[in-house]
Amino acid sequence: MTALLHQIFSGLATGGIYASVALALVMIYQATHLVNFAQGEMAMFSTYIAWWLIGLGTPYWIAFLLTLAISFLGGVAIERIVIRPMEKAPVLASVSVFIGLLAIFNSVAGFIFDYQIKPFPSPFPSDAWYGSAFMSPHEVGEVMVTLVVLLLVYGFFRFTPLGLAMRASAQNPVSSRLVGIRVGWMLALGWGLAAATGAVAGMMAAPVVYLEPNMMSSILLYGFAGALLGGIDNPWGAVLGGFMVGVLENLAGAYVVGADLKLTVALVIIVGVLVISPAGLFGRPVVTRV
Amino acid sequence: MAAILETRALAAFYGSTQVLHQVDLAVEAGGITALLGANGAGKTTLLRALTAMVAVRGAIRFDGREIAGLATEDLVRLGIAHVPDGRGTFVHLTVEENLRLGAYTRSAKAEVAKDFERVFGYFPRLRERRRQQAGTLSGGEQQMLAIARALMLRPRLLLLDEPSFGLAPLVVKDIFRILRAINRDEQVSLLVVEQNANLALDLADQAYLMETGEVVMSGPADRIRGDESVRRAYLGY
Repeated sequence: MTALLHQIFSGLATGGIYASVALALVMIYQATHLVNFAQGEMAMFSTYIAWWLIGLGTPYWIAFLLTLAISFLGGVAIERIVIRPMEKAPVLASVSVFIGLLAIFNSVAGFIFDYQIKPFPSPFPSDAWYGSAFMSPHEVGEVMVTLVVLLLVYGFFRFTPLGLAMRASAQNPVSSRLVGIRVGWMLALGWGLAAATGAVAGMMAAPVVYLEPNMMSSILLYGFAGALLGGIDNPWGAVLGGFMVGVLENLAGAYVVGADLKLTVALVIIVGVLVISPAGLFGRPVVTRV
Repeated sequence: MAAILETRALAAFYGSTQVLHQVDLAVEAGGITALLGANGAGKTTLLRALTAMVAVRGAIRFDGREIAGLATEDLVRLGIAHVPDGRGTFVHLTVEENLRLGAYTRSAKAEVAKDFERVFGYFPRLRERRRQQAGTLSGGEQQMLAIARALMLRPRLLLLDEPSFGLAPLVVKDIFRILRAINRDEQVSLLVVEQNANLALDLADQAYLMETGEVVMSGPADRIRGDESVRRAYLGY
């Protein structure tokens, strides 16, 4: 029983990371109806920046916040420089750009920081009081950080004029312009927020999976599975989906398929959702009036 | 009366197709101008041209200032509100959020709060539906919401694209009564696109008639109404 509970709780901890990635994917999906396949590599690159800052002697939480700020600006810059000119391009061209970004971030990270696997510190000491038999202090901290991020993102979108304007732009760009919203900048802001949210996922994952250019590739798949499972047009659903995938993955790995086939679980979820219920558990089915 | 909006030789394009030709139009300050014509005459395109939603050539002056070439978002900041065809409702947001977006460009919070009361005064139904998702409103209520959203800007010029479209006659009557009140009480100039010529000529003091992308007749609403060919083609008696 303890073992089962331990598997569920540590599944929740990794699920928090998937939830953050899923949320980042949803933010961009809602505005553009495209899945940013480079989200994981962007997060990985952000994590390298954090690692570099910490290496310079910056205290962890200051490095953490600086990384969020840098990632935000980086996300905005990517939208302005790379994505903006693709505004009217066909979907396939945009997808190619995302995959291009993925490859670029991956190899640039390898080029700058080399491919050697590096340890990444956790801000939660392993002997902290909030650790238990079920969850290590890092896992508890990870879940807390995830929840704080989710609440901040929710509060921003729900209660601030800027958040409202971003939701409006995603839903109805034409009407948004007619009330004076600069829709292009709202998209850039969305990219910035997604990049910062992804950076949190990267920094929380790195102490567990270690820092290397491919650290996020499987996490992105799990995050994508979570977003699809919950419903990619619904932030709450996507977050819940992320946590569910974390638990499912852990239980399947421990009791059903074994560690080697864990990633397959994510792919099975992706294919299963797309085949059985493309809108996900909490998504809005797309109905077009003809 | 002086014109608040004036176009000279305005042309508009969808891609390389020209859909407006040499349009000269003037909207009098404080007045109500109607834009009449059949389906496909270019009325909606003309409104879109005025708020930079299509590519244009020619001159547009608003309040003595050349505005052709400005972006939609900047025209809004000058006080031009456009209630688009199809109403442009943010269907997944609440009524209140829709209205708050209408005041997006305004910073004075106290005044915006007062304007909520003001638009609820015109449209009491919206106050009742305040927390409801806008997509669940009836067509008439959505049209009211669209006008209310535009009013939240405190516009000087209000462009309305077929406010009667698809609505029951009683609702239309109500909306047109409110439009007249808005024009009178808020000193907002109106440019109203309508297919229902009877209705529009009752409301307006000036009217323009469009056919295939050109203005073919213009003048005081009474005179347009009295014109033999207009009567036969558009008024049906």
